[in-house]
Amino acid sequence: MSHDHSIDPKSMPKDPSKATTEGKHKFMGLWIFLGGETVLFACLFGTYLALRNSNAGGPTTQELYGLGLVFLMTVLLLTSSLTSVYAIYHMKNNDFKKMQLWMGITALLGIGFLACEIYEFAHYIHGYGFTFRSSAFGSSFYALVGFHGGHVAFGLSWIITLMVRNAKRGLDLYNAPKFNTFALYWHFIDVVWVFIFTVVYLMGMVS
Amino acid sequence: MGMTSAQKRGFGATLWDWLTTVDHKKIGILYLAGGGFFFLLGGLEAVIIRIQLMSPENNFISAGLYNEMITMHGTTMIFLAAMPILLGLMNFIMPLQIGARDVAFPFLNSLGFWLFLFGGVLLNLSWFTGAPDAGWTNYAPLSIQSPGHGIDFYIMGLQLSGAGTLMGGINFIVTIVLMRAPGMTYMRMPLFTWTTFVASILILFAFPALTVGLFLMMFDRMFGSAFFDAALGGNAVIWQHLFWIFGHPEVYILILPVFGVFSEVFPTFAKKRLFGYTAMVFATFLIAFLGFMVWAHHMFTVGLGPVANSIFAVATMAIAVPTGIKIFNWLFTLWGGSIKINTAMLWSLAFIPSFTIGGMTGVMLASAVADYQYHDSYFVIGHFHYVIVGGTVFGILAGLHYWWPKMFGKYLHEGLGQISFWTFFVGFHLTFFIQHFLGLMGMPRRYWVFLENQGLDTGNLISSIGAFFMSFGVIVFLINIIYTTIKGKKAPRDAWGSGRTLEWTISSPPVHYNFKQLPLVRGLDPLWIEKTEGNEKMTPAEPVDEIHMPNGSILPLIMTIGFTIASYGFIYQTGNKYWLIAVYSGIAIALICMLTRSLKDDHGHHISKEELERVGD
Amino acid sequence: MRGWMGKTKVFFVFLLLASFLAGCGIENLTALEPKGYGAEKSMDLIILTTLIMTGVFIVVMVIYVITLVRFRRKKGQEDYVPKQVEGNHKLEVIWTVIPIILVLVIAVPTVLATFDLSDDSKADELINVNVKGNQYWWHFEYAGEEIQTSQDLYIPTGERVYLHMLSSDVIHSFWVPSISGKMDVNAENVNTMYIEAYDEGVYWGKCAELCGPSHSLMDFKVIAVSPDEYDEWVNDMQNVDTDAEPENAVAQEGQELFEANNCMNCHATDSAASGIEAGPQNNGPFGPNLTNFGDRSRVAGILEHNKENLVDWIMDPESIKPGNKMTGQYPELSQDEAESIAEYLLQLKPSEITPESAGD
Repeated sequence: MSHDHSIDPKSMPKDPSKATTEGKHKFMGLWIFLGGETVLFACLFGTYLALRNSNAGGPTTQELYGLGLVFLMTVLLLTSSLTSVYAIYHMKNNDFKKMQLWMGITALLGIGFLACEIYEFAHYIHGYGFTFRSSAFGSSFYALVGFHGGHVAFGLSWIITLMVRNAKRGLDLYNAPKFNTFALYWHFIDVVWVFIFTVVYLMGMVS
Repeated sequence: MGMTSAQKRGFGATLWDWLTTVDHKKIGILYLAGGGFFFLLGGLEAVIIRIQLMSPENNFISAGLYNEMITMHGTTMIFLAAMPILLGLMNFIMPLQIGARDVAFPFLNSLGFWLFLFGGVLLNLSWFTGAPDAGWTNYAPLSIQSPGHGIDFYIMGLQLSGAGTLMGGINFIVTIVLMRAPGMTYMRMPLFTWTTFVASILILFAFPALTVGLFLMMFDRMFGSAFFDAALGGNAVIWQHLFWIFGHPEVYILILPVFGVFSEVFPTFAKKRLFGYTAMVFATFLIAFLGFMVWAHHMFTVGLGPVANSIFAVATMAIAVPTGIKIFNWLFTLWGGSIKINTAMLWSLAFIPSFTIGGMTGVMLASAVADYQYHDSYFVIGHFHYVIVGGTVFGILAGLHYWWPKMFGKYLHEGLGQISFWTFFVGFHLTFFIQHFLGLMGMPRRYWVFLENQGLDTGNLISSIGAFFMSFGVIVFLINIIYTTIKGKKAPRDAWGSGRTLEWTISSPPVHYNFKQLPLVRGLDPLWIEKTEGNEKMTPAEPVDEIHMPNGSILPLIMTIGFTIASYGFIYQTGNKYWLIAVYSGIAIALICMLTRSLKDDHGHHISKEELERVGD
Repeated sequence: MRGWMGKTKVFFVFLLLASFLAGCGIENLTALEPKGYGAEKSMDLIILTTLIMTGVFIVVMVIYVITLVRFRRKKGQEDYVPKQVEGNHKLEVIWTVIPIILVLVIAVPTVLATFDLSDDSKADELINVNVKGNQYWWHFEYAGEEIQTSQDLYIPTGERVYLHMLSSDVIHSFWVPSISGKMDVNAENVNTMYIEAYDEGVYWGKCAELCGPSHSLMDFKVIAVSPDEYDEWVNDMQNVDTDAEPENAVAQEGQELFEANNCMNCHATDSAASGIEAGPQNNGPFGPNLTNFGDRSRVAGILEHNKENLVDWIMDPESIKPGNKMTGQYPELSQDEAESIAEYLLQLKPSEITPESAGD
């Protein structure tokens, strides 16, 4: 049993994120956590669906949503999910530099998404006076989309911390699982967005 | 290491050891102590309620205070007493039962405990400025309109302790899936481990609904959103749905682990293997699964319509089937056995009739039209106390008496145990049986006073007298703990002589790494198998080698303090924006802790082969 | 041995006690003596489920007692190791199938009754009352009749009366145990239920959903009178002479004080007073309608109906119903003034039909 986590890169195993028990625990722990997160978002979706027509005289979903920006956001986030897959691919081959590169691109795309979202919210608030407080619809919209945005922001600070922290020392058995769990989390955020795109925006445009 | 050497060190070092511990056994004991403290508080609140209701139109406490009392009694007992005590038992026992040296995430385990404790303390600090007063179910819009900060304390306190519980749940799931000893297949796991596993799954899927509900309520009360505000199109029934989507599985989170306890106690003291093990496992899963499909039976009178009411009524009745399977399996575990009756067994035996009554009234309540009468009356109070006291509390006490020698190395005193059992048992039935009738005689729940000449006097008096019996039983139990700590009889490994599972193969109390060598499990009831084959010990699955253990850390405690400061800030920033300083600084403290944890590598420590051989096992 | 004997004794005592108390609830309050359609339907199911469940309980207890008697470890048996039984398929099938059958036996009548009690297909042809729950009083508006009352709901016996219920503040729950099970009164949607009383009588109603400090004091009455009496009452209430002079000088002074002290802001003395409509907002009335106050069965829903209690209420409602919305809404009154107002209110008796007509 070797306890030296920063072993020679040449002898690193094929998938360093799953080589230690801690790594396996973390990966599974995050999967389980995402199960809970699913319920969390399901409840927010339920609340939104129940309240989306309670606009108390304010703008309706059709008046509010515009597909252009939301489409751009979807492209940004979906692409970032793909780039994180590349990053993990390189991580599994112990190619730290390429992993950092693709993680960096992932983070940039995430920042782009978040910027669009902030712009979108600002637009609703200043353009339509549609706020968190203006109606039950407003509350449920900002709660659902905002919770997702909060998750994106958390994910971004997570990956940036990880990248900065490990920039100099490279990949080892101790930090590889951390990158792997981040990637899993990031995919989850992406999946939630697909549902938001469909349930909130597409269905909002139609009904 | 371990408790013995801790005692030799100074007080400061011991305290530091407990504040920084990531050892699942110590965290288990902390949970038991914390939960026990809140249990006493909740019990005191219950006694005050029963004194108020001892006679008609009583003025012992005011109407406002009474509402605070019932709210805090319910909230405390469910979130701060019953659940943490169960988490304590799970924490201590489950890793031993699967032959593990710790849980999967020791750091998170510690964080979960501190979050629970500080959440509970925060909630109880509300007593100084006005406690929450909208019932433990906290229905909007009453809770939205409640003046003062009571409800805010409820929101933040439960949010903190709920986050802690969720961490515990995730931790246990991963531990059970990944950390079982060699040979411990799923279908060889002890029932208590199974129920811990299933209860953890329930925690995982149920608590987020409460989290969302609490967030929405927090936003409505603190930031002017309109989720529950009918004037802006909000809908207060959403709170009820979210609360019960969490709340009903919560009932099973409370009851399934003690089903596990009884499934350990009965075979041990009947010297007979659990009857229908496979059926018991599947019944547990079935109960958990159905537990998510029935939340609206708490809402039959909300006006959901006959279709919804019928579906939820039938789904609820269906739960009686797996529960019945369990009751009969326990009975037939005892049948043909060699039954030894001691305090642990008394609590378990008393559970069967008590819980059966709770189950009976449960089916009665499931009949929607009959529920139109029972709902929100004392019938419901009687019902769920039969389930939660007759089930959960009896189970906790059975488990404590059963595992006390394992946890502390000493037997609880048998005579004192029996006194506390009989007084509590009699008091329990006196208090709650009559309440079914009070409900049907027209007494709604959460009534500060009942009027004279409504035929409710005698029943309420009997109920109050019962509460005093129960209090007496609890006090005797406390005396028992003190007596045992000072003069208790020492327990060997296999404390009851007829242990069947892995926790009885190691010393009482266990060393901090639990197993010097991980055992090889050859079937269900591994110790029993070895005993029947004449072996004194388990066969080890590995040679003696150095053991990797996690390091203690003070970060969970500091992080929790940060969250608590932030919560306090959230509560008071509605009146004075300077409190936002507390919000930001609290969150900053928590974030710095997270960052420290993230940036500073923690590889744990190793116990050398030499030390292991010196200590023995 | 003493263990289980003690336990069975305890249970026996409980059973006795229970059956003794079961007949003990007071008439027209207890759900155990149903006097209306809903309560009867509920009671049928209560009895059915109790019987079945008691049967189950007896089976469990018989096995339980036999097990404990026969298989308790006796002296000298310390080393005896019982046979390790894994399970028994036949038995396990039995205790899975039989409960399923029992559940079905309960489920079918439950579903039928659930649909039965929510049937509102004939509501249009019958009496409809808009009920408004308020902290801590009830308001009743008879749809299409231009009649409003508070606290006492008059209904004819033997007829379904549809209640359309809405809350002006928090959730309440309308419960008249002897006539019908309860239904919540929400702020955002109208809930409909019907009640039907078989016999004449004054039935106790309770609020069954925690609604604030005085939740336990939010009592009301359902007064079931014969259909003829009900028609007479409707007629009387529709033809209240609002200009009638109070009968004596004290009452006249009371009326002036009533008008001078903001009482009219919230309280109407005219049954037909408009201003109430269904909707989530609290659009009034803000206080109980007092048209037939003299005939109320209780002061504030809970106190005996006499002048002394009414004066106490007017002087200091907070001491009687903590958290009520009347406290502080009017200038402080002297004892004399309160007595005059009470005198005035107690002679508001527009109808011959009173709780006494229902046998109270």
